[in-house]
Amino acid sequence: MGKYILRRLLLSVPILFITTVLIFAGVRIVPGDICQIVLQIPEPAPEQCAALKHDLGLDKPAATQYFRWLGNVLTVDLGVSVVNKRPVAGEISERLNTTVELAVLSIFFAFAAGVPIGVYSAMKQNKAADVVLRGLAIGWLSMPSFWVGTLLITFPAMWWGYATPTGYVHFWQDPLKNLEQLYLPAIALGLALSAILARFTRSAMLEELRQDYIRTARSKGLRERVVVSRHALKNAMIQIITHLGLQLAFFLGGTVVLESLFSLPGLGTLLYSSVITKDFTMIQGLVLVFAVIITIVNLAIDLSYAWLDPRVRYA
Amino acid sequence: MAFASDIEVLATPTFASRGWVRAVAQAAAKNPAGALAGLACLLLVFLAVFGPMVSPYSPNDVNFPLLESPSLSHPFGTDNLFRDLFSRIIYGSRNSLGVGFAAVGVSLALGVFCGITGGYLGGAWDAAVTGFVNVMFSYPSLVLVIFLVTIFGQHFAVISIAIGLILTPYTIRVVRSATLAVRSLQYIEAAVALGASPLRIMFRHILPNVTAYIIVVASVNIGLAILIEASVSFLGLGVSSDTNPSWGRMLQETRNVWQQAWWTAVVPGAAISFAVVAFNVFGDALRDWLDPRLRGSR
Repeated sequence: MGKYILRRLLLSVPILFITTVLIFAGVRIVPGDICQIVLQIPEPAPEQCAALKHDLGLDKPAATQYFRWLGNVLTVDLGVSVVNKRPVAGEISERLNTTVELAVLSIFFAFAAGVPIGVYSAMKQNKAADVVLRGLAIGWLSMPSFWVGTLLITFPAMWWGYATPTGYVHFWQDPLKNLEQLYLPAIALGLALSAILARFTRSAMLEELRQDYIRTARSKGLRERVVVSRHALKNAMIQIITHLGLQLAFFLGGTVVLESLFSLPGLGTLLYSSVITKDFTMIQGLVLVFAVIITIVNLAIDLSYAWLDPRVRYA
Repeated sequence: MAFASDIEVLATPTFASRGWVRAVAQAAAKNPAGALAGLACLLLVFLAVFGPMVSPYSPNDVNFPLLESPSLSHPFGTDNLFRDLFSRIIYGSRNSLGVGFAAVGVSLALGVFCGITGGYLGGAWDAAVTGFVNVMFSYPSLVLVIFLVTIFGQHFAVISIAIGLILTPYTIRVVRSATLAVRSLQYIEAAVALGASPLRIMFRHILPNVTAYIIVVASVNIGLAILIEASVSFLGLGVSSDTNPSWGRMLQETRNVWQQAWWTAVVPGAAISFAVVAFNVFGDALRDWLDPRLRGSR
C-alpha cells in the first residue's frame, strides 16, 4: 500500500511540473504589447510599463524568471495582482472556501441523487421505470448547469416569490444562511453529474449483479437488499468513483459559471473579474490552483480506489 | 498522400452491397429514437447553414413589442431589446454549431493522429501522448478555455482550438485503446510480414478499422463542445457580440427580465439542451449501428 501511494504521488510531480511550464509560457506568448493589454490604454507611460513588467517578472531572462517564479510558487508566494497590488495567494485563499464548499455540496448531491437512481434502474432493467429514468438522465445530462441555475432562479421567484438570501456569509458565520445561499447552485452544478453517475451506476450494477459471487450470496439466502447494497454496490463503487475522477475536470470548470450566476465570491468569480481586468498574475495563480485542486482530488480518488479494491493494493 | 480516398475504397463495399438507402432505413426502423435524433441533427445543421433564408426576421430587428409572450408571429416571444427570439435562436445556431464542429475537427485531427501513432508505435512517443492526456485531465476545462481566450483574444479560431484541445484527450483515449486492440490482430501481422511501412499500416490498415470508434467519440464530443461554447458565451467571453447572437449569450442578455418574461429564461437553454440531446442520442444510435460490439460501452 505504502509503495502504491508513493508511486502515485511521484506520478503527479511531472504533471504539476508541465502545468507550471504551460502557465508560465502562456502569459509570455500573449500577442501584442503586454503593457497596452494589461493597462488597457493605448499609450502607456514607460515608467508604468517598466513597473508592470517587473511585477510580471518580464524584466529578466526567461529561465531565471521561470525558476524564480517556481521557487516562489513552492513557498506559496504567487506574486501580487498587477491591478490592485494585493497578494494573489491571499485573495485566492479568501475565496477558496466558497468554491470548495460549492463543489463538495454538488458532488454530495450528485451522489445522493445519482447512485440510488442508478441502482434502482439496474434492478428494474428494461421495465418502465428504468426506461423513464434513463430518458430523464439523458435530458439532465444535456442541460447546461447555468441554464438549470437560471430556471432555479426564475421559477421559484415567479411562482412563490422565493429568492435565496443576498449578501454572502461564510459557513462559520451563519451555517444555515450559508447553506441556503449555496444549495441552489449546488443542485444546478450537480444535476448533470448525478445523471452521469446514474448511468454509470446502472451499467456497473448490471455487470456486478451477473457475477458468480452474487449468485453465491443469493443462494446463501441473503436478503435481496443486502445482496444489492453490501455485495454488488460496494464493488460497483470502484467503477463509479473512477468515472467520477474522469468527469472532475469538466465538472469543476462549471463552478466558474455558477458562481458568476449566483454572485458567489469564489475562485470562479475571481477568475472572471481577473479576465476582464487582464490581471495576469491573478489568472496565472488561479489556473495553477485549479490544476492543483484537480490533481489532489484525482490523487484522493486513486487512493480510495486502492482502498476499495484489494487487487490494486497488492498489484 | 491519398489517405482519404484509400479509406473510401476499403469502407464502401460494406455499404454498397447493402444499398445505402436501405441500410439507413433498416437502422432507422430498429432504432426510431436514434433516427429522430438524426433528423433533429440534420435540422439543426440546416438551420445553421441556411439561417438567413429561413429566419422570419433579422436577429437585430428592433421593431417588435417589448417582451411579448410567444405567439404565432413570434413563436419564442420577444426579448428586452424588442428583438424576435426565434430569429435570434436560428442565427445563434451558427455560433453554437460552428464552434462545435470546428472544435470537434481540431480534436479529431489531433486525437486520431496521436491516438493511432501512440497506440501503434508505443515507446517514448506513446509515453508523451499518455502524459499529455493526463496533464489535460488535470485542467478544469472551462478554466483552460478562459485562459487561452484571455491570452489570444475572443476569436472563432481561438475558441474552437481551445475547446478542441479539451476534447482531444477523450479522443486520444478512445482511438489509442482501439488501436491497441487492433494492432495485435492477424491482418496487421500479415501487413508487417508483407513489408508495409509503419505509416501505411497505421493509416491504411488501422485507421479504417477504428473509424467506428472515431465517429462515436466525435458525436459525443459535439454535444460537449456545444455545452462548453454555451458556457463561454454565457460568461461573455465567446465569439458572439450584441449583433451576433449565440445561445449562451442570449441567456445572459435577458438576465434582468427572466422573471417578467419566463420565455427569455427558457428558450435559449432549451435550444442548447435540444442540440446536445440530439447529438448524444444520435451518437449512441450510430455506435450501435456501426459496431454492435460497442453496444453499451459508454
